[in-house]
Amino acid sequence: MRTIRLNGEEHRLDTPDDMPLLWAIRDILGFTGTKFGCGMGLCGACTMHMDGQPIRSCVTPINATEGREITTIEAISKDSVGEKVQQAWVKLGVPQCGYCQCGQVMSATALLSRKSSPKDSEIDEAMSGNICRCGTYSRIRKAIHTASADLKGGT
Amino acid sequence: MEKSFANLTITNHGIDRRGFLKGVGATGALLLTANWSWSQEQQKKYGGEGMPGGTKNDPKLFIAISQDGTVYITCARSEMGQGIRTSLALVVADEMEADWEKCRVVQAEGDEERYGNQNTDGSRSMRHWYEPMRQCGAVARAMLEQAASRGWGVDHEDVRATKHSVVFPRGRRRAGFGELAEAVARLPVPMGSAIRLKRSNEFRYIGKEQTLSADGEDIVSGKATYGADLRSVGMVYAVVSRPPVFGSKATSYDADAAMNVKGVIKVMEIEGTVVPSEFKPLGGIAVVAENTWAAMKGREALKVEWSDSPNDQYESQHYRRQMEEVAKKRGKEIRAHGDLEEAFAKAKKKHAATYYLPHVAHAPMEPPAATALLKDDFLEVWAPTQAPQAARTHAAERAGLPLEKTRVNVTLLGGGFGRKSKADFINEAVEVAKAFPGKAARVQWTREDDLRHDYLHTVSIEHLEASLSSRGKVTGWLHRSVAPTIMSIFAPDQRNQAAFESNMGHGNVPFAIPNLRIENPGIDAHTRIGWFRSVSNIPHGFAAQSFVSELAEEAGKDHLRFYLDLLGEDREIDPRSMNDGWNHGENPETYPVDTGRLRKVIETAAKEAGWGKRMRKRRGLGLAAHYSFVSYVATVLDVEVKKGGELVIHKATMAIDCGPQINPDRIRSQMEGSCIMGIGLATTGEISFDKGAPKQSNFHDYQVPRIPQAPKEIAVHLVDPGKEVELGGVGEPGLPPVAPALCNAIHAATGKRIRSLPIGEQLT
Ligand code: FES
Ligand code: FES
Repeated sequence: MRTIRLNGEEHRLDTPDDMPLLWAIRDILGFTGTKFGCGMGLCGACTMHMDGQPIRSCVTPINATEGREITTIEAISKDSVGEKVQQAWVKLGVPQCGYCQCGQVMSATALLSRKSSPKDSEIDEAMSGNICRCGTYSRIRKAIHTASADLKGGT
Repeated sequence: MEKSFANLTITNHGIDRRGFLKGVGATGALLLTANWSWSQEQQKKYGGEGMPGGTKNDPKLFIAISQDGTVYITCARSEMGQGIRTSLALVVADEMEADWEKCRVVQAEGDEERYGNQNTDGSRSMRHWYEPMRQCGAVARAMLEQAASRGWGVDHEDVRATKHSVVFPRGRRRAGFGELAEAVARLPVPMGSAIRLKRSNEFRYIGKEQTLSADGEDIVSGKATYGADLRSVGMVYAVVSRPPVFGSKATSYDADAAMNVKGVIKVMEIEGTVVPSEFKPLGGIAVVAENTWAAMKGREALKVEWSDSPNDQYESQHYRRQMEEVAKKRGKEIRAHGDLEEAFAKAKKKHAATYYLPHVAHAPMEPPAATALLKDDFLEVWAPTQAPQAARTHAAERAGLPLEKTRVNVTLLGGGFGRKSKADFINEAVEVAKAFPGKAARVQWTREDDLRHDYLHTVSIEHLEASLSSRGKVTGWLHRSVAPTIMSIFAPDQRNQAAFESNMGHGNVPFAIPNLRIENPGIDAHTRIGWFRSVSNIPHGFAAQSFVSELAEEAGKDHLRFYLDLLGEDREIDPRSMNDGWNHGENPETYPVDTGRLRKVIETAAKEAGWGKRMRKRRGLGLAAHYSFVSYVATVLDVEVKKGGELVIHKATMAIDCGPQINPDRIRSQMEGSCIMGIGLATTGEISFDKGAPKQSNFHDYQVPRIPQAPKEIAVHLVDPGKEVELGGVGEPGLPPVAPALCNAIHAATGKRIRSLPIGEQLT
């Protein structure tokens, strides 16, 4: 048995050390908002936060999360930046199929938490690990700028 | 199941659906005119009525109103990112005067007898379902008005539905839809009466901006349900080891090591039917476990021996040379007019080019996944399927159950692009479920599975030759297309493209050329070929649009002028005058190929992109325009090729005429997405084979565009056809012009022609 701190709560679970966080959270704890896209850290669909930093949960073994705080899409609206990101995403109609979007929202939230007014090149850098096969990139970029403006406006 | 779908609780009220509205005799723009005013022949062949299951417009089937005022609108087409759940529902909401904020969309299960055709492909959902959904909403509105007027004892004509209420202005009365819910549920559907459809100036949502997505909030908060998101106590998880080469089978396997992995419960064979593959599973060995990770680890440990396959020698470079040889000789004639030999003999100038396009994989972000539960002789499936009825038929057959005892629940699709029309992965889940009665069984594909076992987009050689007059006019046009056909998955001896492939930009080019021959020499397929977003329009459009640019250069003319000249006079071409007339399944009478509409999108895109302006060094504009899915799209890309070969796409300008625009924002988003996908298949998209198996396995070697590769701006212009026309497709027609526009732009920037995709390292 091990304990993980997920979205502000402690969960006990029994897994091998090397089970990726993604599968522990999806299959064992039952939070399915985080998606599987590649299993190799290449697509970003599985992005979560560990102590506020974006991580690819498909290549993060569960034993590396000892004593860390994990946040998933299910709880990101409790974060003031996350909430603004979600609102901008909805307002601008960013999602198409939506499958990549939880990962996109997590990466964008981490970016804006670190840098409130990112330049386009910084957006490119922070978001390039997140593939969107539907091709919503131009709206993602706009939505990050929108969320950034909303955060400053305090709206 | 912990998560079940709302549609399971909403039932229709048992009215005679087939008889519904049969008595409607009146016709005219504002009256309920239904498809059955068509002649028998048309009814069978074209449009929504030409599809299995046809269309339905019964409000009791698609609309439920609850007493709290929520309006539940059922969507029977699959949502894969095109926004159809929002777009069809807003049509219903608009006609019935419902407030969008108070509407919820319910997903229909797979049942074509009940809901009409559900096969979500071919960019057809809106064009086949716009009218039925309007009718459905309009009848609901009339019934709400009737319920209110009866309750108040006033004339139906004196009340009207407006914004989720019915009002009686003279009596200052108002009743919300929720208050009328019970009364309206007891009313019969008004058969035989004329129903007024709204005039376009009365629309609230149709054709308007800012209708929020039905699923947006669920998606960004992780609540939306996709194929792998169903959960149930005690469920089992499986991954399958499939034959590395198409046509091979497992001859033996050793399960011991796999069984030793903690969490693995069972190793079992899944029988495959390899030839013809159709939509059946490939077969192989399934590893079933307590969680997905254990199943994956178990599969790694599994040892399987595979038989030889007739496709063991499939190697992409070799196949390419074979196709090039085949393309040198005449092939099956698809269309011909004039005297091409003579035109070529007399020509002032001749030009020829051969283009190559490799296989590409759909790679939807969501790899295939499905869940099945067999319990008490009833099979329930949850799957991200584009073809719910086909999935149901297959699943029932696999389980040995009648259709009535098989339910297919359609989840959201994390992208489809044609891949999820195939039920192979759903069949696998059913096979595992059969071994675990009473337990839900999930089959999860990894990305490696997805890329190695796709129904790939075809691979092709496109050979073109043309003659030019002394004034630079095209006098002769030969286009030979060599590509394995989708038909090969149904009948392995099929070597020629079907009409539904040829008439995607090959047999139906709308150019004004006096001498023309369109040919298709045959070739064998060595892997599963399938429909990929916009299908054969990709190779045909790439070749034709690249070649037009080459010819313009040969003629010493501006590409835009040259192309418009090639289109000739504005005219409506009857598709039947070109060949067998297949025109994306639509009626040739009402869907001519309209060169005037094509010209207008070209002119719009060119003007908006600033065609003709001076460009900086190493920068250029490239144009392409293509007719497909009965819509017209032109694209101009503004690119820069830096020293060293780095490609920067500064701006994409796209113009689409898809006829009436129902949900403009989703039309734009489909164009944006097509632009990115087109850039991807042009720059890096390739699945190549060695020893019968795909070489690529994940996103490191099958690269798709990421945010830095996306144009900084994609400007989409929705072009008004300027006349009464039928609806066109939206999901696919944006894709074909992108790759040729990109390569034409690269030529404008550098003078280099790209004739072989992907571009890869060709610019360095
Ligand atoms: S699933 Fe983790 S990066 Fe793709
Ligand atoms: S919205 Fe479909 S993959 Fe991004």
